[in-house]
Amino acid sequence: MANLAHEIKAIYVISYRELKKFIRERSRIMGTMARPILWLFVVGGGMSRLVRPVGGVSYTQFIFPGMIGMTILFASIFSAISIVWDREFGFLKEILVAPISRFSVVVGKAMAGTSISMLQVLILLIFVPVLGIKLNVLQFLLLFVSSGMLAFSLTCFGILVASRMTSYEGFNIIMNFLVMPMFFLSGAMYPVKLMPPVLREITYANPLTYGVDGLKNILLAGASGTPMGPEYPALVDFAVVAGFLAVTAVLSNLSFRRAA
Amino acid sequence: MSNITVNSLVRKFGAVTAVDGISFSVEPGEVFGFLGPNGAGKSTTISILCTLLAPTSGEASVGGFDCVRDADAVRRSIGIIFQDPTLDNGLTAFENLLFHAYLYGLDRRTARKRIDDALSLVGLSGRKNELVRKFSGGMKRRLEIARGILNYPKVLFMDEPTIGLDPQTRNMIWEFIRELKKNTGITVFMTTHYLEEAEFCDRIAIIDTGRIIASGTPAELKAGLQGDTLKLSAIDPNGLMMEIREKFGMEPKITDGGITLTVKQGDEILPALIKGLSTKITAVSMTSPTLNDVFLSLTGKNIREEGSDPYGPVRSYVRHGGH
Ligand SMILES: Nc1ncnc2c1ncn2[C@@H]1O[C@H](COP(=O)(O)OP(=O)(O)OP(=O)(O)O)[C@@H](O)[C@H]1O
Ligand SMILES: [Mg+2]
Repeated sequence: MANLAHEIKAIYVISYRELKKFIRERSRIMGTMARPILWLFVVGGGMSRLVRPVGGVSYTQFIFPGMIGMTILFASIFSAISIVWDREFGFLKEILVAPISRFSVVVGKAMAGTSISMLQVLILLIFVPVLGIKLNVLQFLLLFVSSGMLAFSLTCFGILVASRMTSYEGFNIIMNFLVMPMFFLSGAMYPVKLMPPVLREITYANPLTYGVDGLKNILLAGASGTPMGPEYPALVDFAVVAGFLAVTAVLSNLSFRRAA
Repeated sequence: MSNITVNSLVRKFGAVTAVDGISFSVEPGEVFGFLGPNGAGKSTTISILCTLLAPTSGEASVGGFDCVRDADAVRRSIGIIFQDPTLDNGLTAFENLLFHAYLYGLDRRTARKRIDDALSLVGLSGRKNELVRKFSGGMKRRLEIARGILNYPKVLFMDEPTIGLDPQTRNMIWEFIRELKKNTGITVFMTTHYLEEAEFCDRIAIIDTGRIIASGTPAELKAGLQGDTLKLSAIDPNGLMMEIREKFGMEPKITDGGITLTVKQGDEILPALIKGLSTKITAVSMTSPTLNDVFLSLTGKNIREEGSDPYGPVRSYVRHGGH
């Protein structure tokens, strides 16, 4: 099918463009990598002096899955927001007038966000030995798949939001009222069990909570049952993230089609 | 069969009617121009034709395909240079073109060959691997034009292709379009509010507040006006007037230092006058009506504000070859 090959080529080139630009902008890589590293070593290192290891897990180790989640969250949303840039600088018209389906545009953008996120996750995994976390091949693969699913769904979520934004001014609002709360209320920094009740309810409604918990299931399995360990069975985490992925995948397409 | 057919097309934005029931058609191989002031509805028409905007009512088809029902087929057959820039400044010239080529389904080898050809056509071969961010406005525009023809479109849309460019770049782009038309038989639909540019078109439609108020070849439109104005200076204007009245049966007006005549075909009458007159003539001049005069006579206003058009009244009487 020549048509299918054409759509695949379009998906490829749409995501290739974003990756290329990401790699080209050194400052963006530095910036996005500096954030989790600062958290890990400044916040994590500092807090480790106050918080005793529980179930053999130090505070720095405890926040590591959260740092992966944060990296994916920021990278995915930031990448999806490029739709707003594209609209602002006119490039979106070049894409929209091409003989390809809107579906392929969304898939291309989602693949781009996923790849950029995964690239950063891989860089972050360099710290696994430094943090004294042990990772076998199976765990690595599981981590890769879970991160990938989370990245894909969060990028779709970002596309859903970005399709509704008409100017770049909304960016700060998104960052302050969506992305930051999503991060802080995800159990990334603080065990969900120990949160005040109201915040805990919100945290339960946050899909990122289950994404991070899934990573805890892989990385901190030894601490299960303690506040530092995972909260839900891995299967629950997987199911919630998969459901979130399905919903955002559909909604991002609908939303983009309406906006375009 | 026409390459573009538009029938009673209407597009409203809330209370604003941007396009108000226009109809026209463009034949294959034609360069068709939309001439009109700001806000006339030119870009809105292009957006509908290139499937980015749905019409409120009416019909539009390009290359035989309906712009709403068969948008994908329309998209495959067109190239477009938008009014506002649509390049990715963070990519190189080559990457921008490669992106486009893949969006249009070209394979790698064909893409590379066409990119090299297109870049050399617009004189950017040497800048192939430079970031577009570093390009001048004119270079960016040329790159967009190269991109617009990469997929070998049947119909090329150009929304104010030469806006803000210096005369050299403008001429280069015009030369390019002429060559393209000659070599490929492409149909060009363009908008402009440069009068000089409209004169290059095979046919133009003058559009104002969403309506086509006149259309035809530039010569036809201007022929609808009174005609050319001839000015002859002489030491003896009275004698000159008498002689013209006697020999040619025309009624010149005396102006200081000479006479003026309004005639339909100034370029033919002027040589005959000079040959046939015995009164000594010291100077001659001829002014042809401009498209602005046409617009002025139809709407009572100028297409562009006085002085803002570097070419307008000064240059537009210069005859261009080929028409
Ligand atoms: N997206 C939009 N939303 C609301 N109004 C619009 C929109 N696009 C165009 N218009 C209005 O429609 C009218 C025609 O605009 P259009 O851009 O087609 O004019 P134009 O002939 O291309 O003008 P210019 O020479 O300035 O490019 C204007 O009154 C404009 O304000
Ligand atoms: Mg316009």
